[in-house]
Amino acid sequence: MKALTELKKSIVVAVWFMFLTFPIMVIRVNTIEKIIEWRWRNMIFIGVGSFLFSFLWRYLLERKQKQQEVQKGTRSWGTLILEEPKIYRPLLAVFALFVLVFPFIFSTYQTNIMTTALMYVILGLGLNIVVGLAGLLDLGYVAFYAVGAYSYALINYHFGLGFWAVLPVGALLAAFFGILLGFPVLRLRGDYLAIVTLGFGEIIRLILENWNAFSFGPSGIAHIPRPGLLGLNLTLNESIVYMYYLIILFCLLTIFIINRLQDSRIGRAWIALREDEIACQAMGIDKTKTKLTAFALGATWAGMVGVIFAAKTTFVNPASFTFLESAMILSIVVLGGMGSIVGVFIAAMILILTPEYLRAFSNYRMLLFGAVMVLMMVFRPQGIVPNVRRTYKFRIPEKEVR
Amino acid sequence: MKNLLETKNLSMVFGGLRAISQVDLDVRQGEIVALIGPNGAGKTTLFNCITGIYSPTEGDIFIFPPEKEKKRINGIMINKATELGIARTFQNIRLFPGMSVLENVMIGRHCRSRSGVFGAVVRDASTRHEEQEIIDFSYQMLLKVDLADQVNEMAKNLPYGAQRRLEIARAMATEPFLLLLDEPAAGMNPRETQELKELIDRIRKEEGISILMIEHDMKMVMGVSDRIFVLDYGEKIAEGTPGEIRENPVVIKAYLGEDFSVNA
Repeated sequence: MKALTELKKSIVVAVWFMFLTFPIMVIRVNTIEKIIEWRWRNMIFIGVGSFLFSFLWRYLLERKQKQQEVQKGTRSWGTLILEEPKIYRPLLAVFALFVLVFPFIFSTYQTNIMTTALMYVILGLGLNIVVGLAGLLDLGYVAFYAVGAYSYALINYHFGLGFWAVLPVGALLAAFFGILLGFPVLRLRGDYLAIVTLGFGEIIRLILENWNAFSFGPSGIAHIPRPGLLGLNLTLNESIVYMYYLIILFCLLTIFIINRLQDSRIGRAWIALREDEIACQAMGIDKTKTKLTAFALGATWAGMVGVIFAAKTTFVNPASFTFLESAMILSIVVLGGMGSIVGVFIAAMILILTPEYLRAFSNYRMLLFGAVMVLMMVFRPQGIVPNVRRTYKFRIPEKEVR
Repeated sequence: MKNLLETKNLSMVFGGLRAISQVDLDVRQGEIVALIGPNGAGKTTLFNCITGIYSPTEGDIFIFPPEKEKKRINGIMINKATELGIARTFQNIRLFPGMSVLENVMIGRHCRSRSGVFGAVVRDASTRHEEQEIIDFSYQMLLKVDLADQVNEMAKNLPYGAQRRLEIARAMATEPFLLLLDEPAAGMNPRETQELKELIDRIRKEEGISILMIEHDMKMVMGVSDRIFVLDYGEKIAEGTPGEIRENPVVIKAYLGEDFSVNA
């Protein structure tokens, strides 16, 4: 009986999909010979495919529900790996070694891609402060990235300052813009906040695009010097490798700092703000200060990566800072797991590297991306590696204290 | 006895609705005061005025923190009210569901600690010391409300009664001189209510914290409070000791009901 209803459901889904995709998959107008081709074979594929897929879908959903019932309190293999020192220490060592020798085993092209992916790791971690920890949905994060990139490009163009001198300036400028954005949105939450930040991101991009006297418009700024290494003259290949190690260093620094922030007084205040704003204030947390710190710190990382980006590509123009970029960074955070450092790392690797290595499927890139997002949100809304709160141990016996 | 909290002529108007109308109320040192009245009488609104969530339209709220000057706190920032020593719990529990039990209480220590971003990243000696102090103090609070064996549990996984107690522990972690409890016994069974009563008594006795609470459980109100204020349609219709309130015909008519005095 149950099998029959399941069958019926799947047939309905299949028919529905066949109907939906009919105009694009079946009908094709051949404009040269002026005839209409009916590709019925495609319809059969769609029908069979969606029939099977709907079975799989419901099976997975059911399994997920069962797991939720059974698995309250038990740890999944993912958290087990992260929590058990015997497992994660050797893994980490192997991973570190791999990272260190990476540029020597693989080509400079691969190294270059990896550098980009690591940049997104840092961006993701920065946005993680704002979205994952403080719960402020920021859709204009790329604006701070742009501020960083353009501050290096422009300061270098006008004053000839080098990478290392501008890096802190870019970070500070981005932080300043973070606070600038923070003030008007202090009272906003959720969707309203998202829209305002989205607008902010667009404003920055449009300014860069249209204020020619300031930013050289859509043509951008070229010939930005790469970062220097003690005044040595590096070849292109060498500087790519150098860039790679540099980004590794920044990545480690970011992970270190954000890890410490998470378990600090400030980090807890952010999480409390995310969980319940009124209760958070009623516990004596200054909402204004906490929100602005989150915005400023999040923006700082974006600014820093912006400077690095400008130095890496030696060219900036507004096309690199579109909304799609913000969406990508946000996807990294959401896919990885809000507030989880390891999750963000893995998600950035997946989202940035797969398109590079699956060039053959580049036509379907966005389709796959969308499908992955939908599947993740349905089956694992907490992200690849959900954030685990720190646990505390106490040895004080109860009686003694009271 | 010294006053800790005083409202004078306090009114709160939302559009055309007078939620509170010229209410005078006071809480003295070491007292447990109850605020009762039918639903919609303005009790929670009064709490929200005192804790800075609303800014009252008329009248004054004064607090007298121990060893400090008298202060008018109309329309104060919510977190400032907490810093001055007024802590509260909420009618519909407002814990931080995704944080552990201990972390919930640790949030209460936020306004009594100082370390900032720099300290968090560098973890210098003073930050580490402060962090340890926060953890120890919070654990003490959990011991007091009997939740010490659940420190690492997520707040959302606690049973209802325990969540209420956790909210009290969190409020106490801010070291208040006055604790506002909004229907602390709501949804509790008789045994839990009895334990809560003992807890409230203990808080007053051992911590020296005065308590102002909204409560509908009359057995608890009559048993634990020193004085009772009765609100109806935003106006104060009576105040006095439990004995006086029980006999007060106006209160019986508006809230307690005719058969209350017989049953109690």
